[in-house]
Amino acid sequence: MIKTAILLATEHMSILREEDVVPFRYRVKECAAGIKMGLVNQTYLITAASELARNMLKYADGGIVLIETIERDGETGIRLMFKDQGPGIEDVGLALKDGFSTGGSLGVGLPGAKRLVNEFEIASEPGKGTSVTIIRWANG
Amino acid sequence: MATEIIKLLKDKQAIILERWMENQLTPARVREDLISSDDLRADSVALITALVSNLKEKSLNDTDSADFNPITELLGSISFSRAKQGFSPRETGLFIVGLKEVLIAVIQEEVKDPRQLVDLSLKIHRLMDNLLIITFETYIKGREEVILAQTDEIAEISIPVIRVWDGILALPIIGTLDSARTQVIMEALLTEIVESSSDIAILDISGVPTVDSMVAQHLLKTVSATRLLGATCIISGIRPEIAQTIVHLGIDLSSIVTKSTMASALQHAFQLLRLEVYKRTPANASHVKPE
Repeated sequence: MIKTAILLATEHMSILREEDVVPFRYRVKECAAGIKMGLVNQTYLITAASELARNMLKYADGGIVLIETIERDGETGIRLMFKDQGPGIEDVGLALKDGFSTGGSLGVGLPGAKRLVNEFEIASEPGKGTSVTIIRWANG
Repeated sequence: MATEIIKLLKDKQAIILERWMENQLTPARVREDLISSDDLRADSVALITALVSNLKEKSLNDTDSADFNPITELLGSISFSRAKQGFSPRETGLFIVGLKEVLIAVIQEEVKDPRQLVDLSLKIHRLMDNLLIITFETYIKGREEVILAQTDEIAEISIPVIRVWDGILALPIIGTLDSARTQVIMEALLTEIVESSSDIAILDISGVPTVDSMVAQHLLKTVSATRLLGATCIISGIRPEIAQTIVHLGIDLSSIVTKSTMASALQHAFQLLRLEVYKRTPANASHVKPE
């Protein structure tokens, strides 16, 4: 379970079409640059965000993302919460395994995104949708 | 009472039109650079005719009524073309606002009973506000079409296949690789490989901001397709942070020759083609025939 943190700024964006991914990535980059996150960490975060946004589009016809700037124990970071109302994931453990895909892709999106961030949490229920929360600290 | 107002509008149609034109042609509002006053007049006449002839007692109370369809359609096409001609939303909106002002003024002069006047002006307000909303909706649709057309244009201009050397093609990819663009790029590249009988293709991804698994998958597909034609594919322009991200993400690109810069990719290509490029020095200058 992800520990609570102080919320510094929050906004949300909806990802409903393929064209929404680029502006979303751009916004995440702006927020990350805003807290002086290094280029490598920025790239990790943006790539993870891109994977999760695309998953949402591909499997759940889109959803909503909460972009938050947070602070915990003197560290600032970006927290992204992806929420969709899609079919959900049957076996979350299997979906997090490298090379597993039901959609004919490389199968690195979800496990890769997990490796690219400091904290990762996924909750899914078949028929109810999926929510994924990730945190990348500025100096993590 | 509602019938009265419709009759009133019909009788006063000519006067309303003249006043409306006057209102639109005030120096502050007129945009002769975008539309001629003849065209503006034609638009105004068409709209006011449609309005007066389609307005029925029932429809005056119900703005969703089917009687409005011809008006909505006409107004839609007017706002749509305004958007494309480059009018601002404010200017497009003022077209209807101007008519509303005139209609209210005419009613004010004709109807003497205050209660009736208030009632009628409310109806006119509701009607014209509805038309104003339609104006904005179609205006935005018009602008969106402009944006979509530009997007297509960007997609088209950003995929040049360059012959950098005899037998070597370079393809600088700029922007995000999605399925549709990969298809276009692949087609352009494969056609050029066959036409120029090139052996080597360099895909440069310096201009790709984010390499996620989807972009990687599309790159892998393009490389496989190039191989089927017997050509070698080199991927260049991998920035340090992208390299680290690809490793963390768990994408295996080890089957592909990758280079950090286009220059090193070109050097690699020269090696493969057994070409040598060296600087002329006094020692070897004698081997070169003077021109």
